[in-house]
Amino acid sequence: MVALQILIDGFAISSLYGLGAVGFTLMFGVSGVLNLSHGGIMVVAAVCGWLAAGDLGLGVYGGTLVGVIAGMACAYATYFVVVRPIQRSRAIPQEETEIFLLTGTLLWGIMIQEAVAYLFTDNPVTTRPLISGVTSIAGVRTPQNEIMIAALCWLAIGLLWLLVNRTRAGKALLAASMNPRGLTLLGFELSNMYLLVWTIYGVLAGIAGVLLASFLGVSSANAGQLTASAFSIVVLGGLGSVSGSLVAAYLVGYLETVTAYLIAPTLRPIPALLLLVLVVYLRPQGLLGRR
Amino acid sequence: MPISPVKHPSKRLARKLLLAGTAATALGLAGSAWAAEPIKIGVIGEESSVAGASLTKAAQMAADEINAHGGVDGRKIEIITYDDHSSAADAVRAFQRAVNQDKVSAVLATYISEVALAIEPWSARLHMPLITAGAASTDIPKHVHEDYAHYKYTFMGWLNSAFIAQSICDAEHDLLVGPYHMKSTVVMSEDAAWTTPLDDQFLKCLPEAGLKVLDHIRFNPDTTDFTPIFNKIEGEHPDVITTGISHVGVQPTVQWHDQQVPIAMAGQSSQATTSTFWKDTNGAAEGVITASAAAPGVATTPKTNPFTEAYMKRFGDTPAYDGYTAYDMIYVLAEAIKHAGSTDPDKMVDALEKTDYVGTIGRIKFYGKNEQYTHGLEYGKGLVTGIDIQWQSGKQVAVWPANVAQAKLVFPSFVHLPKEAANK
Repeated sequence: MVALQILIDGFAISSLYGLGAVGFTLMFGVSGVLNLSHGGIMVVAAVCGWLAAGDLGLGVYGGTLVGVIAGMACAYATYFVVVRPIQRSRAIPQEETEIFLLTGTLLWGIMIQEAVAYLFTDNPVTTRPLISGVTSIAGVRTPQNEIMIAALCWLAIGLLWLLVNRTRAGKALLAASMNPRGLTLLGFELSNMYLLVWTIYGVLAGIAGVLLASFLGVSSANAGQLTASAFSIVVLGGLGSVSGSLVAAYLVGYLETVTAYLIAPTLRPIPALLLLVLVVYLRPQGLLGRR
Repeated sequence: MPISPVKHPSKRLARKLLLAGTAATALGLAGSAWAAEPIKIGVIGEESSVAGASLTKAAQMAADEINAHGGVDGRKIEIITYDDHSSAADAVRAFQRAVNQDKVSAVLATYISEVALAIEPWSARLHMPLITAGAASTDIPKHVHEDYAHYKYTFMGWLNSAFIAQSICDAEHDLLVGPYHMKSTVVMSEDAAWTTPLDDQFLKCLPEAGLKVLDHIRFNPDTTDFTPIFNKIEGEHPDVITTGISHVGVQPTVQWHDQQVPIAMAGQSSQATTSTFWKDTNGAAEGVITASAAAPGVATTPKTNPFTEAYMKRFGDTPAYDGYTAYDMIYVLAEAIKHAGSTDPDKMVDALEKTDYVGTIGRIKFYGKNEQYTHGLEYGKGLVTGIDIQWQSGKQVAVWPANVAQAKLVFPSFVHLPKEAANK
C-alpha cells in the first residue's frame, strides 16, 4: 500500500522536477548559460497565473495561460536585460563570461524574488487544480490533478522532443548544443538560436511554475530552493544532457518521496544531496553527461 | 533660443514668498497643536508577510486616532517602522537603531518568537520598554520572571503558547468532543520555538478535554509536500488533526483539501487568521478551524467591530491577529505614558504593570512579578481568551466561545465525522 502510494506520489513530483530541469539543461547545452534565476522565473509564472485566475477572473485555464506567458516574458527579460549584455560586453574578458553570467542571473533571481515578496507578500500562492476531485488507484486516493500534472509534463516534454528532432529549427538547436561554431559556418545566426532556446526555456519554466502552484503551492521564499533543485538535478544528470536530466529528476523525486514516507518528512532532501556529492566525486560529468 | 533661467523674477519671488508663507503658517499651526516633542514609538515587523504588514498598519492607525484626539497630554505619537524581514539579526539592528539613533520611547515588535527572543535581551540592556505583538513562546515571560531586575522591560501583547493550547483544548472540548463525539486526535506542529510549549500543553490538555492523542508529529517549517504526513495521520484514524502551524499554512491546507484527507482540522493555523487566506488557498480553507485574536464582525468587545471596519476602509483588507494586538498595544503604551507622566523607562514599566485596558481583543492586563508568566498577557474569562473561527464559504465565522459564536460548525463533504454524530 505504502509502496504504491510512493510510486504514485513520486511520479507526479518527479515529472514536475523533470519539466523544470529540461529547459534549464537545454539552455546550458545550447548557450552555455546556467540560469540561476530559474526559481524566480517559476515563481513569477505561478504568481501571475494565480493573480489572473483569481483577481482578474480568467479562471483556471486563462490563469494557466497567463502564467505561462508571464514565465516566457520573464525569461525574455532575463535574456535581454541580464544575459545578452554580459555575453556581448567587451569589458568582461571572454574566459570570465560564465562567472559573470552566474553572478548576474543569481542577483537577478534575488531581485525577482524580492520584488514578488514586496508586491504580493511571501505567502505561498496556490492555483486551483485544473481538474479537482480524487480517483482511487488500487486503493490509493489520488488527486486527479496529480495525474493531470504528470500527463501535462510528459506532453510538454514530448512536444519538445518533436520540436528538437523533427523540425528544422529544432535540429539546428541540437546542432548548436554540439558545435556552435560549426552551425555559424553553415550560415545559421546563433543569436536566433539563443532566442529560440530562451523561448522554449521560458515556456517550460512557466508551465512548471503554474503546475507546481496547483500541486504544492509556490511562495517567493521558494525561489532559491527551486533553483537549487533544478541545478542539482541537472548536475546529477550531466550538464547539457536532456535525457540525463529526466533520469536524474526521477531519481531525485523518488529518493525524496521514499525518504519522506519511510524515514521522516523532515529529512526529505538529504539522500538526494548525498547522492549528488557522490556523483560529483565519482563521475563529475554526471550520469549521462558528455562534457 | 535657450530659455533664460531668470525670465520672470517677479513670479519666482512671489512663489518663494508664497512658499515661505505657507511653511510659516504650517509651522505655526503645528506649533500651536503640538507644542511638545512627539513621543516616538518604534514598530518592527516584516513588511512582505501578511501578518507583519498588518502589525505596522494597525499600529499606525492607533497612533493616528490618538493624535486626532489630542495625542498624549498634548504630545503627538510618532510611529517609526522598521522592516526586519522576519530575521532575528535584522530585528536586533532595527531595535538598536530605534533606541540609539531614532530615540524612541518604546518598541512594539514582531509576531515571531525567535525574533522576540533575540531582541528581548536588548530591551533589557538598553532599558527600552518592548511589547511583542504576537510572539507566543513561554521563554519570553520566563526570562522576565527569572531575572526581573534586568528583563522587566519586556511585555507580551498576545497570549503565550501554553494559553493558546489551553484555549484550543477548551474549544475542541466544547465544539468537537461534545456535539460530534470525537475521541481522538493527532497533534501536527511545525518545529519552532513557539510550538514547544504549545505541544507540551496540548499533550496535557487534549486528553483532559476528552481527546486521546494518538500521535505527535513535528515537521520542518520548510516542508512543501505534506502528503506523507497526512498519509501517516490517516493511517492512525484520529477524529481530528490538532494543528500548531504559523510559518506554514497555505500549503498543508491546500493539500489537505486537494487530497481530500477525511479528517477535520482544528487548532492554531496562524495564516488562516488572515483575510487573504481564502484567496491564497483558492477556497481550500473551507472547514478549517483555527484559534485567533478576533475576527471581522465578532464583537469581542465594543471596540472590536469599529476597529475592523475602519481598518478595512483604510487598507481594503481585514487585520491579521497581530493587527488587533498591535492596535491595542499602541493604546496601552499611550495610556502607560500618560499615567507615568513621562517616558522614563522605569516609570513606564510601573505604569504598564498597572494596565487594565479594554481593547479589541478583550480586557488587557499583564501578569505581575511573582506570577509564573511575568509580563505575559493575562488569560481567562473576562480577560482575553481568544476565539475560534472556522472558514465557511469564504468568510471567517466565529464558532467559539459560545457568547460570540455566529454559526455552527460545517465540515467539507470529504471529512468523515464519527458515526454517532452522523446518525443524529
